[in-house]
Amino acid sequence: MSDLGDLYHDMILGHAKAPRNFGKLDPCDASALGHNPLCGDRIGVTLLLSQGRVTDVRFDGSGCAICTASASLMTEGVKGRTRAEIDTVFQRVHDLVTGKGDPEDPELGKLAVFGGVSEFPMRVKCATLPWHTLNAAFDNSNAPVSTE
Amino acid sequence: MSAALFSPAAPGASPSASPGSPELRAQFPILARKVHKQPLIYLDNAATTQKPQCVIDALTHCYTHWNANVHRGVHLLSQEATEHYEGARKVVAQFIGAALPEEIVFVRGATEGINLVAQTLGRTQLSKGDEVLITGLEHHSNIVPWQMLCAERGATLRVCPITDAGELVPGAFDALLASRTKIAAFSWVSNALGTVNPVAAMCRAAKRAGAITLVDACQAVPHFAVNVQELDCDFLVFSGHKLYAPNGSGVLWGRKALLESMPPWQGGGDMIASVTFEGSTWNHVPHKFEAGTPDYPAVAGMATALQWLQAIGLQRVQAHEAALLAEATERISAIKGVRIIGTAAAKASVLSFVIDGVHPHDIGTILDRKGIAIRAGHHCAQPVMDRLGLAATARASFGVSNTSADIDALVEGIVAVQKLFGA
Repeated sequence: MSDLGDLYHDMILGHAKAPRNFGKLDPCDASALGHNPLCGDRIGVTLLLSQGRVTDVRFDGSGCAICTASASLMTEGVKGRTRAEIDTVFQRVHDLVTGKGDPEDPELGKLAVFGGVSEFPMRVKCATLPWHTLNAAFDNSNAPVSTE
Repeated sequence: MSAALFSPAAPGASPSASPGSPELRAQFPILARKVHKQPLIYLDNAATTQKPQCVIDALTHCYTHWNANVHRGVHLLSQEATEHYEGARKVVAQFIGAALPEEIVFVRGATEGINLVAQTLGRTQLSKGDEVLITGLEHHSNIVPWQMLCAERGATLRVCPITDAGELVPGAFDALLASRTKIAAFSWVSNALGTVNPVAAMCRAAKRAGAITLVDACQAVPHFAVNVQELDCDFLVFSGHKLYAPNGSGVLWGRKALLESMPPWQGGGDMIASVTFEGSTWNHVPHKFEAGTPDYPAVAGMATALQWLQAIGLQRVQAHEAALLAEATERISAIKGVRIIGTAAAKASVLSFVIDGVHPHDIGTILDRKGIAIRAGHHCAQPVMDRLGLAATARASFGVSNTSADIDALVEGIVAVQKLFGA
């Protein structure tokens, strides 16, 4: 059960049960929908931008604990950042959940809790869906993105 | 030909061991393996079944002793391969009570069988304004081929609605049958909820309305005896891999006169009588629909699987699985915070459920770490999930090898999920 404890870290369960920044910004400057057809997770992301920086962000939809916590912690982590900065963070998260990153990397901050995902290859897409959706919002594409 | 292939007995194993007995479980080599250091508890039979040793042996037997292309050579191996392949057709015909072996068309699986009917009979029978009637319980494989056909022909797809319990709304199917209904296609047993539909009555009603009927029997044939004469449908499809047979084996049964009236589907070798550059003529039924080299090892393995299942006895299988489903339903619905999805009066094999505050995907991951394989998701039946207002469910589905001990493990696993999530 120890690896289950690594995956379902207390912080992940906490964010899954009480997600931060849940809802929709209306009006917003950018938005996108993300969908994981494998498990039916659906995430919507809405953004407010000012001079290239995220001034506010919300997410909604329904997903598993990993997806919901990832979206919640992502929204906390990207406020005030530019797209280039966010790309760097996502790359670090992506490396972390695919077992290529360093869980001790101080740049990850709270996002380091997703380190346990690397032991569960079937769940990597759950953790990355919110980030892909955020990217799609930046691309200002309103076409739904898919993890497949 | 070697008669050994169609012997359902695996060496040293009793073919007619009781469902759930240690002797029968011992025939499934995969049940000896560990998953995450735990004994495998396989409860995903509706997705695919594990294979008994005799079916695995049948594949090896083919490649070891008689592998050659069917219907081709004059050499002995090709003659033996043809005998095995055509022998399997007789086994399948007998298994589902078909009048003639020629009514059995071998396909990759139910999906291919439905597409074949849609693209041959459907294309010739459907005109603008005609209708195809399906139900709200269908797997995507019995929705999308008809959607594609209707879009192409300017026809309309009608859907019989379902209740909150996951049953067809009483009277709705009959009410939706109209003079323009050319085809009615429906599942015998819902793969997502386990609902057993009143298919014989549905076939009678469709026939009265002049519609051609196709029954998706994927989730029926592994669980109880099926007879196409009693059912009185026009087509019936199922996949081998869901009834202990190899992947790549599947069956489309159709009435001979109907099959003969249909144009061929895929063109190629074996489906022709003669070929010139000016034109070709078609082989007779069923070969007209079997273009290219078929998966004859899988087909031979399917014949072995069907004989093995019949030796166990489908009535015993049905009774065993009904007892497991009743026990699991009672014990799991008694757990606070767990809700059974699909509460039809008649169900087979399948138990879909949700746990308050826990996504089914998380249930699937946690149970997997305990060695328990279930399905979590929409079960390729998104409209069923949409109708019930769910993104997904967790689904346990029972087969011949399952036991009460598997239910013990499932119940313990669910309690552990709740504990981990503080649900």
